[in-house]
Amino acid sequence: MIYKAILFLPLIGALIAGLFGRAIGHRAAEIVTTALLAIAAVLSWIVFFDVGFGHTTARVTLLRWVTSGNLDVSWGIRIDTLTAVMLVVVNTVSALVHLYSIGYMHEDPSRSRFFAYLSLFTFAMLMLVTSDNFLQLFFGWEGVGLASYLLIGFWYKKPEANAAAMKAFVVNRVGDFGFALGIFGIFFIFQTIGFDQVFAAAPDMAGKTFNFLGYQVDILTTLCLLLFLGAMGKSAQFMLHTWLPDAMEGPTPVSALIHAATMVTAGVFMVARLSPLFEHAPTALEVVTFVGVLTAFFAATVGLVQNDIKRVIAYSTCSQLGYMFAACGLGAYAAGVFHLFTHAFFKALLFLGAGSVIHAMHHEQDMRNMGGLKAYIPTTWAMMLIGTLALTGVGIPGLAGFAGFHSKDAIVEAAYAGHTPYNYAFWVLAVAAFMTSFYSWRLMFMTFHQSPRWKDGHGAHGHDDHGAHGAKHGHDDKHGHDGHGHEPHESPLVMLIPLFVLAIGALIAGYSFKEYFIGHDYKAFWAKALYEGPNNHILHDLHSVPKWVAWTPTIAMLSGLALSYLYYVLAPGLPAATARAFRPVYLFLLNKWYFDELYDRIFVRPAMAIGRFLWKGGDGTVIDGTIDGTAATVGKVTDRVVKLQTGYVYHYAFAMLIGLAAIISWFMLGLGGVK
Amino acid sequence: MMAVLQAYAPLLPEIIIVLGAMVLMMQGAFRPENDAETSRIMWLALAVLVAAGVAIVQLGEPARLFGGAFVDDAFARFVKLLVLAGAGGAMVLAFDEMKAQGSFKFELPVLLLLATAGMMVMVSAGDLMALYMGLELQSLALYVVAAIRRDDAKSSEAGLKYFVLGALSSGMLLYGASLLYGFAGTTSFAGIAAAASVAGAGQNLLLVFGLVFLMVGLAFKVSAVPFHMWTPDVYQGAPTPITAFLAAAPKVAAMALLVRLVMTALPGVQPQWQQIIVFLAIASMVVGALGAIGQTNIKRLMAYSSIANMGYALVPLAAGGAEGAQGVLIYMAIYIVMTLGAFGCILSMRREGGLVEDINELAGLAQTNLFLAFALAMFMFSLAGIPPLAGFFAKWFAFLPAVKAGLYWLAVIGVVASVIGAYYYLRIVKIMFFDDAKAPFMATRAKEGAIVALALVLVLGFVLPFVASPLVEAAGTAAASLK
Repeated sequence: MIYKAILFLPLIGALIAGLFGRAIGHRAAEIVTTALLAIAAVLSWIVFFDVGFGHTTARVTLLRWVTSGNLDVSWGIRIDTLTAVMLVVVNTVSALVHLYSIGYMHEDPSRSRFFAYLSLFTFAMLMLVTSDNFLQLFFGWEGVGLASYLLIGFWYKKPEANAAAMKAFVVNRVGDFGFALGIFGIFFIFQTIGFDQVFAAAPDMAGKTFNFLGYQVDILTTLCLLLFLGAMGKSAQFMLHTWLPDAMEGPTPVSALIHAATMVTAGVFMVARLSPLFEHAPTALEVVTFVGVLTAFFAATVGLVQNDIKRVIAYSTCSQLGYMFAACGLGAYAAGVFHLFTHAFFKALLFLGAGSVIHAMHHEQDMRNMGGLKAYIPTTWAMMLIGTLALTGVGIPGLAGFAGFHSKDAIVEAAYAGHTPYNYAFWVLAVAAFMTSFYSWRLMFMTFHQSPRWKDGHGAHGHDDHGAHGAKHGHDDKHGHDGHGHEPHESPLVMLIPLFVLAIGALIAGYSFKEYFIGHDYKAFWAKALYEGPNNHILHDLHSVPKWVAWTPTIAMLSGLALSYLYYVLAPGLPAATARAFRPVYLFLLNKWYFDELYDRIFVRPAMAIGRFLWKGGDGTVIDGTIDGTAATVGKVTDRVVKLQTGYVYHYAFAMLIGLAAIISWFMLGLGGVK
Repeated sequence: MMAVLQAYAPLLPEIIIVLGAMVLMMQGAFRPENDAETSRIMWLALAVLVAAGVAIVQLGEPARLFGGAFVDDAFARFVKLLVLAGAGGAMVLAFDEMKAQGSFKFELPVLLLLATAGMMVMVSAGDLMALYMGLELQSLALYVVAAIRRDDAKSSEAGLKYFVLGALSSGMLLYGASLLYGFAGTTSFAGIAAAASVAGAGQNLLLVFGLVFLMVGLAFKVSAVPFHMWTPDVYQGAPTPITAFLAAAPKVAAMALLVRLVMTALPGVQPQWQQIIVFLAIASMVVGALGAIGQTNIKRLMAYSSIANMGYALVPLAAGGAEGAQGVLIYMAIYIVMTLGAFGCILSMRREGGLVEDINELAGLAQTNLFLAFALAMFMFSLAGIPPLAGFFAKWFAFLPAVKAGLYWLAVIGVVASVIGAYYYLRIVKIMFFDDAKAPFMATRAKEGAIVALALVLVLGFVLPFVASPLVEAAGTAAASLK
């Protein structure tokens, strides 16, 4: 019952706000959805403790869904530790984001639609994490994709928002194509798509191959890689990451909920959920590690030079997701999920904090136009500071630290313990940790410290900018128009409370849960939710790495902080000088490794060209031409037929005789089978 | 004596009609010629048709008479009922209009009865002699009927053309029949079938040539392309009620004769006749559809429409087998209903000066006479084969056997042709509903109105199971009895 309540309360909220939002008013829609989510969040924590520490697991079948031949799929709820962790993450963050949105969206004319979408997203995400078969997983997968599309394009009058929504959808198609193929393959090989049945049969399939164009290809590796393609799309991994930064066009609470804490982690969740499959496909795991490490590095480099406050955090998310995948690929699923768990708190905190900054700055997002905000919005500053400390992983090895310290350092240590070739995973992740620290502190310094850059000359710009935004999406901020000018202002309490709650999470989530997630008690905690092969001891090994390895991320973090302090506080001229000195590198990073341009050349323009060709050449010339041509031919032949009808009997008789002669000749010439 | 009479019982329907025609002729010849008298003769003729219909329903076991020359089976009965219905309907349509044209003579019902008798003999023919006898009885009567308005040049021309070309086709048919006789040594269908089913018979030129000539003669009767040239001229020239008669019953009888001939006499050379049927079907569908587009006279348009329809009806025959025969029968039954309904509408296109035949005179009919416009629109939609009207099911049952027999391309050509054909049907609907209204027609007469209403009910109601399934089942039984 409690499981059903958790699952369907958000759906009820979405339906009420979506269908009756107009009738009950915005305020009621906000309260209903937020209250229902809050209840679901509380219930989730109860389930979490019950499952994680009481070791309850459950399978609830809701109803038969599809029965066709061998295919028998039910709507079911699968409750184990992994699900419980995800329930907590999803519902907690979602409830807080709902609450936050009441303040953030308070003047948007279609707020109830926004809340309906948020709740709908939550429901889809819950379907995803509670699924006990691949089809339901796919349902949730597409459901969150849809909600993400709707929310990115929430301000649908903004062309950029529409473009970003479409981009997110299209890029995810690529991943989903692989995902769908993977599911087909699963059904083809196992004749079932239920998790339990597939997992039970997986060991027998290990190492078996199939013939593909003359090559013997490993079955499980192929399936896992196809499924992982879906995860790459949803979790914005290298090559399929381009949609995530653009998705920042959506309202900031959406970025916090979907594009930081929950949906983008679905890929990590999937790999963890399918650990019984991946464990038997070592090659696939190596690919997962490589992609994760590469993404962590790549996104961090791009984050170094971005100026939009949300984009910095977006690339940071991308990078952190890379960490999680790296952990999963190394076999340390628990570490990956642990980082997912802590990351949800501090990244949501950072996003909501950024939202608070943007709110304060009247929808200014460019950090170059900020500075010195600490004096004006101290509470937000404090919250962002906590978030930054958590993200960069501040702490003392062997003792305690912020949330990210425990989870991220565990991943870096696992990378060392995992013995990748040349220890590349370890070193690259350490460098990425350094860069994470640098860009995070850069964000803090540029936004809250330095001297204010929004006062002189920028006021007019800010006003215009805000005016434009207000006109575009109707988010009219009353502060922009009353007496006290453009001074940044602290956000209302309804927006700050979620920050406080998340800050608590960012402070203690790591320390309190580390023993259960990855420490001594991890086996009891996870029970059978995560599977580890007989030779997989990485969670044990990562605790016995050399001292210098354990210190490496901390040192990287500290040096990043120091360099950032030097660049943005002590010598503010240095960044510009560095950018000038390494201009090609700077441009390369600023333009995000030119991925968008590359895709534009390789995919978008040829697709457009093909489309134009098919439209003008195919549809216009061939199809229209055929039809018009047929019509013209019909006209001509009609004239002929009519003209043949001369009215002279001997013409008619002649026609009959010709017809007769034709048929006779046909047979005489042997064409009709007569010799 | 009684036993002999009883043995001829299966001939009763034909006997009733022929005797009725004789009696009516006597009555017409010896009684004063006036309107009341001819009216009575017309009603009596209808009564004769009804009596024949009742006799058919009352017939006992299937039987063969005259050494198999006359076959009375479920197929014959089904088609005879159709023929009677078509002839009766056309006769009702002919009443008032022929009277209004001043050419209402007592010979008309007599000739129509004799033509009907000929058709019934055709339908029952199990021998080349019976085939020719029925065909000529029908044709000679119709030649005269087409030219019945001797004062009208067009009508006379139509009758003469029909006669000359009909004679030519009869010659071909006879030549074919003689070749077949030369091949088989018998004129009975069963005997020909036995001779033609010997291995290698398909290579025999005598047989194949006889087949070709015979089929050409019959193709003329069903006005299949390229033996269709008489159709537009005769349809346009003959008085409209006669056109309605020509378009309905004779087509059914000739088509049934063709079906019986190829299925009972020539099953051994199916590959050969199948090719001819396919050729005729495609040519008819295409030329019928294309030819109709250029027409402005509605009777000429109906002529091309019936050419195309014969093409569609030949499609299932090309597939062969009982299912193919069933498809032909269903198609022809629905074709009769649509044709009579459409001609009922055409006969209602009357102004002070008489009937108008230009399609553009229908402009804006929806504003002046919505019922007529609606009814004609439904017949046009049905002829175009738009669901859920009867014409759609006709095409469905026509194309289905072809597809099952693997003649996909034939079905595809049929569908393409009906798309082209839809153009001219829909053009009439467009003219009636969207063009500026012209002067209204005179009120529809009761008899035409009744036929139109009846046909409309059948066309609209065919989708209902209690309308469709008895017909489909009866056609199935009829087709199964062909042996």
